[in-house]
Amino acid sequence: MIEARDIRKSFGPQTVLDGVSFRIEKGESVVIIGRSGGGKSILLKHLIGLIRPDAGEVLIGGEPISQMNERELLRVRHKFGMLFQGAALFDSLSVAENVGFALRRERKWTGAEIAHKVAEALEMVDLPGCELKKPSELSGGMRKRVGLARAIIYQPEIVLYDEPTTGLDPIVADSIDQLILRVCGRMQVTSLVVTHDMRSTRRVGRRIMLLHEGRIYVTGTPDEIFNSTDPVVSRFVNGISDLKENVVEPQKL
Amino acid sequence: MINSRLREALQGLGGFGLLAREVFASLLSRKPDRRELVYQFFYLGLKSQAVVLITGAFTGMVLCAQTYFQFHKVRMETATLAVVAVSMLSELGPVLTALMVAGRVGASLAAELGTMRVTEQIDALRTLATHPVDYLVVPRFVATTLALPLLTAASIVVGIGAAFGLAVFYLDIDPTYVWHRMLLYTNTGHVLTGLIKAFIYGAIIALISCYKGMTCGEGAEGVGRATTEAVVYSSITILISNFFLTLFLDRVLAP
Repeated sequence: MIEARDIRKSFGPQTVLDGVSFRIEKGESVVIIGRSGGGKSILLKHLIGLIRPDAGEVLIGGEPISQMNERELLRVRHKFGMLFQGAALFDSLSVAENVGFALRRERKWTGAEIAHKVAEALEMVDLPGCELKKPSELSGGMRKRVGLARAIIYQPEIVLYDEPTTGLDPIVADSIDQLILRVCGRMQVTSLVVTHDMRSTRRVGRRIMLLHEGRIYVTGTPDEIFNSTDPVVSRFVNGISDLKENVVEPQKL
Repeated sequence: MINSRLREALQGLGGFGLLAREVFASLLSRKPDRRELVYQFFYLGLKSQAVVLITGAFTGMVLCAQTYFQFHKVRMETATLAVVAVSMLSELGPVLTALMVAGRVGASLAAELGTMRVTEQIDALRTLATHPVDYLVVPRFVATTLALPLLTAASIVVGIGAAFGLAVFYLDIDPTYVWHRMLLYTNTGHVLTGLIKAFIYGAIIALISCYKGMTCGEGAEGVGRATTEAVVYSSITILISNFFLTLFLDRVLAP
């Protein structure tokens, strides 16, 4: 379904991705973990064609997308739904207009049909009846839910989540995790979550990849990753900092 | 240093060219979102009316007064309004209106699109299979390009009207003479020059401002810089192109 082949990306002198390769099959639920600023979100954006790699190729359903122009990519993106880190709701539009955005653009649905589907999607993310609110009136957790409703309303085959629980309290974060599982279960989608929240990783991941120094350092099931004796993996999942590294880190960034 | 500056400038021009091409391709191949277009026309056009009319009225009056002061010395008062009309129609009307609109609309376009970019809303649009040029740039481009000739026309009419009022009621020039002289010395060419210029300036403001917004840097600083650059670059481009347009249109439209 999704295949990354040796993706490389640098911004100026800083190499963010240094040969990332992996394959995700249809219906899988994969979590990519890694340090903040380690290129996880950049990697996610490569998969949906928002960023082009310097070298390497991304294949979606066997189709290479790295050389496609923006118009060709629009067709590929119909397969995707994406939840952004800050939800990225259109702040000039109401919740209903945000959620129904993709359907309105398709121009094949009537107003009543769209309203019905919007209500259904909001129901799915446990936010029924808030169609008329503006994004500025919503809390962080609610914004993410609306963002998720907007991403799944047109029933995409793949849903990408960019740090879905970052900045939320543990209870709201748990409810977002439950939603991710619900979407995955009910809609049979392939889901890919990028996060550094270990609780969330344990809950939603069936397969976990660790992105370390621009490469996929290790891939495994949650049990394998959380019980790993590898120093890099175990330090990351247990949240143990290396004092030496802490001194070096600010310069590196 | 100079090398990187030059490269940056060329990169900017290239990006701007690609955006312009994308806008025209989109205009030719698909219908703009009508709801968005009407809203932008209202927001960018109608709401700029007050500032543009005030500019027109006071420019007309000050030009009238100044011309009168000079012409009075050689007893040519009745030609005052002709000078006002020709300058308002072909130069001051379109240029001052465009500069005012560049300040108001250009800044708002760049700030809006820039904020959308830094909050990932433009990326979100792209993931929702919507081309940002189709949804964001085209309606703003069409609205500004159509609104500017209308605003310019309104500004010119008000400017000449105010000048006429000043001439007749304050400067005591004979209304019949001054009106007749004005009609004698102005022609369709002057009117067309102003409207064609306004049309082009509308396109310039919209394209430059949208480009600056869409390519703005990170954070509040990026948005701030994009906004300033949108206004400055639009204004400078208008003033420079005005000179060449005047020479060109004079040749094409000369009676």
